[in-house]
Amino acid sequence: MKLLDSTDSGNNSSIERTQYPYVTGTSVIGIKYKDGILMAADMGASYGSTLRYKSVERVKPVGKHSLIGASGEISDFQEILRSLDELILYDNMWDDGNSLGPKEVHNYLTRMMYNRRNKFDPLWNSLVLGGVKNGQKYLGMVSMIGVHFEDNHVATGFGNHLARPILRDEWHENLTFEDGVKLLEKCMRVLLYRDRSAVNKLQIAKITEEGVTVSQPYSLKTFWNFNAFQNPTAGAEGSW
Amino acid sequence: MFRNQYDTDVTTWSPAGRLFQVEYAMEAVKQGSAAIGLRSKSHVVLACVNKANSELSSHQKKIFKADDHIGVAIAGLTADGRVLSRYMRSECINYSYSYESPLPVGRLVVQLADKAQVCTQRSWKRPYGVGLLVAGLDESGAHLYYNCPSGNYFEYQAFAIGSRSQAAKTYLERRFENFMGSSRDDLLKDALFAIRETLQGEKLTSSICTVAVVGVGEAFHILDQGTVQALIEAFEIAGEEATASEPTAADQPASEPGAAADQGAPAGHDAAPMDI
Repeated sequence: MKLLDSTDSGNNSSIERTQYPYVTGTSVIGIKYKDGILMAADMGASYGSTLRYKSVERVKPVGKHSLIGASGEISDFQEILRSLDELILYDNMWDDGNSLGPKEVHNYLTRMMYNRRNKFDPLWNSLVLGGVKNGQKYLGMVSMIGVHFEDNHVATGFGNHLARPILRDEWHENLTFEDGVKLLEKCMRVLLYRDRSAVNKLQIAKITEEGVTVSQPYSLKTFWNFNAFQNPTAGAEGSW
Repeated sequence: MFRNQYDTDVTTWSPAGRLFQVEYAMEAVKQGSAAIGLRSKSHVVLACVNKANSELSSHQKKIFKADDHIGVAIAGLTADGRVLSRYMRSECINYSYSYESPLPVGRLVVQLADKAQVCTQRSWKRPYGVGLLVAGLDESGAHLYYNCPSGNYFEYQAFAIGSRSQAAKTYLERRFENFMGSSRDDLLKDALFAIRETLQGEKLTSSICTVAVVGVGEAFHILDQGTVQALIEAFEIAGEEATASEPTAADQPASEPGAAADQGAPAGHDAAPMDI
């Protein structure tokens, strides 16, 4: 978030830059499956340690061929969406049968993030970009400093530590839609138990050659009746 | 065309609704040495006649690579052509940088056309005096476009520009229906034959022509002299006697939209060439 920057006329000494994020979303997970890409993210946005907003859509379609998921500063994500909207608009205005695919959008985002990083004024997000064009599946990630890569499964934030190990073991080529969703839910459940900024309300989005579908928000079933939680103070009377 | 009181600057319309300066620019294209292009589903071939001013000098470069998937052949003011090729290269590389993808040919062509149009509507500018045959490959297939100093552009199956291009066009008109399915070698053969048509009896050798190809799995590149000479000999194209012995078919301008434009505006003709 910028209050003033070097383009502000006259006052060069109070250039401010994004120092820390305020309203943040947590992990996004994306995987390739048989027909395209599946992406999952919860609908929470935290204000520091407060789970402030619980209906934030962090996965959005971009043009005809792509999906973007973001973690990090929500206002920066909204700014990115606005830029992408403009990009897609100009692309459509050519009206010539060509369209920007996921690879092009990913690269555009990389350039945007890296350029901001070079000005020491980053867009405080980790982005997952997935899509299908002409039968080619594409899944990539861009971080707030412009690090970018493609893979069969990607995750942001805590997802990198909790979800990717599961995906490394259990992801395989040609997952069906049902298996893909089960796999994502397994990862999201672990995140829900272990990431304190996760909320139990998520959306899973799918993109195939035919188009984008974003599911309605729903919750995962959790189980808290583990023995260790039954009588937590059994071994230490008086504590809580 | 004759001089008249409406032809001094490009921002003056004639009473008949013509911009004479633009038409004069198109005349400059007709004075340049011939360039032809043809395309199939998977390949596009550009070829041009390269005549040096004198035996002492080198040939003028008329074919430019803009990117791995786009090339251009020019006819007319070569200096203008060089500047526009530099613009094309710049646009291609900027797009690749931002999107990690090749610039769709159709978009480059529109950008070129818009650039040309600007010069037809500013009193302190003049139209570019060069016609461009843009050959390129993108997701939607192989394309050949012609960009005109007027700012118009058209897509073609095959086209020829420059001096004595009508002879090449006549040859191409007879055969263009087969081009879509042609192999790369057939396209090259037809290109060389078409070039020979413009030479009006002179012997075709690789020292007076340049050929370039772009295709699926084949980046745009200019064939070296040795390869071209080998092709000429393989196809037995050299032909010293006047090849005008081949019956010239009647002009079919309808099959190549805008082909008539290039030959339009003989003295006193009413329709302005760029009005298609």
